[in-house]
Amino acid sequence: MLITLSEMIIPLLIFAIVIGGLIKKVDVYDAFVKGAEDGLKIVVQVLPTLIGLMMGVGVLRASGFLTLLGTWFGDVVEQFGIGNEVMPLLFIKLFSSSAATGLVLDIFKEYGPDSKTGLFTSIVMSCTETCFYTMSVYYMAAKVKKTRWTLPGALFATFVGIAVSFIIVLYLT
Amino acid sequence: MLNYIWGGMLLIGIVYAFFTGNMEAVSAAALEYAEAAVSLCITMAGIMGVWVGLMEIAQRAGLVKVLTRKMDRVITFLFPDIPQGHVSRNHISMNLVANILGLGWACTPAGLLAMESLSKLNEKKDTATSAMCGFLILNISSLQLIPINMIAYRSQYGSNNPTAIILPAILATMCSTFAAVLYIRAAYRREKRC
Repeated sequence: MLITLSEMIIPLLIFAIVIGGLIKKVDVYDAFVKGAEDGLKIVVQVLPTLIGLMMGVGVLRASGFLTLLGTWFGDVVEQFGIGNEVMPLLFIKLFSSSAATGLVLDIFKEYGPDSKTGLFTSIVMSCTETCFYTMSVYYMAAKVKKTRWTLPGALFATFVGIAVSFIIVLYLT
Repeated sequence: MLNYIWGGMLLIGIVYAFFTGNMEAVSAAALEYAEAAVSLCITMAGIMGVWVGLMEIAQRAGLVKVLTRKMDRVITFLFPDIPQGHVSRNHISMNLVANILGLGWACTPAGLLAMESLSKLNEKKDTATSAMCGFLILNISSLQLIPINMIAYRSQYGSNNPTAIILPAILATMCSTFAAVLYIRAAYRREKRC
């Protein structure tokens, strides 16, 4: 039911925008093409940042360093019955959501989505975002280099999300 | 800041790979991921085209103005330094609503437009304004209420109750967003004092 609803929302939104435009006598096609052009310009602007960032993520992942981080901090979560695979996941999620999804599916395969580890993974992935990815892409669009209090604030919010997910899972199981 | 993070990622990765014998994997990954970035951008180009195009229609039809008016109080509360009637308010409203509804593909286009229009208010071009900091923190705190992707993955991997995470996820998201709002308010207040 919920999934069908979410499948409906985008077509309905497109329908509403186009019909709204036609009612207000907007040149809908002309407006669309103009907007699409603006959108493409932004993508071209962002591409160099993305190449740099993805290259960094690739190197860090392939070096095995993330797995090492997992074993360092993994003992802490293992004491609460959560698999240490969640540690590299939390880290990767800061950089890339597609890489994080890959790890999520690995965890679901190994532990099952209804296990303690699976539940923690599901909840924590729902309340965190790709911090560094968002920052570098968005600030590239604004041509900003000095980011002031963005990172501490973003990491604070992310940390609160992780902590709350952890507490919820301990409470639920 | 990003200089050190990015540099650190590369240096740590290469040094660690050197000692663990993963050098070959690293050199392959550096190129593979760069390639992935380009194909991501090609996908993104289509998506950005569609959404920014639709937003332009909504804008000209005055639909965005209605939304912005509804969001006005929220924006003034969070970003007191954005002047009334500034175009970035439109973009921020669209981004926040798309985020909350979980229209993942529509958030980034609106978000990038918001950053561009916020930079028009920026006096020191290379330094982020407070509104930019706050806007990004809010985005990174995750606003999406219903984690549709996660539910889909869960059912794909045989969960007995894929939607069991909805309430916990809403609660956790609300907490992280609340933390973000507190942080933003505190940072604004600290600035005023200086």
